Amino acid sequence: MMPDLGKYAVAVLGSYLATALLIAALVALTLWQSARMKRALSEVEARQGKSDG
Amino acid sequence: MKALLLRDLRLAFRSGGGFGLGLAFFFLLSVLVPLGVGPEGGTLSRIAPGILWVGALLACLLSLDRIFALDHEDGSLDLLATAPIPLEAVVAVKALAHWIVTGLPLTLIAPGLAIFLNLPPAGYPWLVLSLLLGTPALSIIGAFGAALTVGLRRGGLLLSLLVLPLYVPTLIFGGEVVRRGAEHMALATPLALLAAISLGAAALLPFAAASAIRVNLR
Amino acid sequence: MSIWEYANPKKFMALSARALPWAVGLTLVLLVTGLVWGFFFTPDDYKQGSTVKIIYLHVPSAMMAINAWVMMLVTSLIWIVRRHHVSALAAKAAAPVGLTFTLIALVTGALWGQPMWGTWWAWDPRLTSFLILTLFYFGYMALWAAIEDPDTAADLTSILCLVGSVFALLSRYAVLFWNQGLHQGASLSLDKKENVSDVFWLPLVICIAGFVLLFVTMVLLRTRTEIRARRLKALLARERVA
Repeated sequence: MMPDLGKYAVAVLGSYLATALLIAALVALTLWQSARMKRALSEVEARQGKSDG
Repeated sequence: MKALLLRDLRLAFRSGGGFGLGLAFFFLLSVLVPLGVGPEGGTLSRIAPGILWVGALLACLLSLDRIFALDHEDGSLDLLATAPIPLEAVVAVKALAHWIVTGLPLTLIAPGLAIFLNLPPAGYPWLVLSLLLGTPALSIIGAFGAALTVGLRRGGLLLSLLVLPLYVPTLIFGGEVVRRGAEHMALATPLALLAAISLGAAALLPFAAASAIRVNLR
Repeated sequence: MSIWEYANPKKFMALSARALPWAVGLTLVLLVTGLVWGFFFTPDDYKQGSTVKIIYLHVPSAMMAINAWVMMLVTSLIWIVRRHHVSALAAKAAAPVGLTFTLIALVTGALWGQPMWGTWWAWDPRLTSFLILTLFYFGYMALWAAIEDPDTAADLTSILCLVGSVFALLSRYAVLFWNQGLHQGASLSLDKKENVSDVFWLPLVICIAGFVLLFVTMVLLRTRTEIRARRLKALLARERVA
């Protein structure tokens, strides 16, 4: 299954690994920020909804 | 406008610190580099053009935050913004004042420091000429950066981060002029491009800087 | 019905909520297809050996690193001219994504350059331009982070983006000029169009499409977060007044 990468295996696998890590970091950060903001916003909205009514 | 220029110059000379600091930094760098690199003349003369240009650039950077910060603190920037002269002109005058107190003296002492760095004799006129043409660009780009960060309390580091990439073309062409001059090569192209950057920056950046100041004073 | 309808945050939220699942799905399909095809089912290049597989990461990320900046430039212009908040927030949202692509391009480039050119880093015009682009991204993001008032921040970063674009172009040509003076680096500049043969072409195109969609997805998500942050700020401000 795994293709024979020959003597360049480190470079090729390293590139894929580094890219995966960087994209994973970006996605994780984005999702985390999004979830946190959603939670904070709904909290405040609920609180203000209560105080309004 | 002349009054503004004279006022800025007087303030710069009186408060001392900012004015001498750039020169002292430039001097220290030119002395420290040979100590770090080693006294071998060939190496030094090869890197001299680059070191001198980088030194001038960093020395310029040191005093950038003073262009608008002091005026912003004591409120005179608000007065200038409502004054009858356009804010673009104020920016240009302030950049000019900054150049007179940093760029010009740097240009004048550069040949002296070039002796330490063993710059080949053919490079001296080009060193002075390139700094004379290039340092105005450094001042005006710096004024733009200072205008962006004028409202911030700790803008110093941010200012450097914003301005450094903008300095890249000036540095490249400036260093290239001196290097080619020192090696007796044709240098009309980088010299013309350096002048073009200075003129273009002087013509366009005051507008960008003035609009940034207006946003900051809003 | 004009495109400016979507400048309304509410409309944008509604539309992006509907578009997001599709964007995520399409991104995954394209990226997985392109990368699996490229990694497992393409032959080695006769000259570069297996390192040619890095092209599926390097080229798309490098393209998107530049396109992200162009997108920020366009949205900044829209903000300056038409004052649509979504536009400014989209520019803010795109910066970290663009920075990530720039870093990917640099890292994969270094890993590729090591076996091919025998060095991790050379002051080749393209590499240098990307390093400068990285600095621009950092400066832009730092300016956003430093200013408290969101409208002031949007204005100032837009101005920086415009001026920065001009200087980025200048640097690009300055760097080209400067390196030609040092050495005729013909072996360093891979002319990608000429090198890539048909076997590598299709998976590469799929990967590029995948990276474009990844960018769109991330920017949509991040813009939604920014809009929520804006709304949260407004609600809290109202609370303080009341």
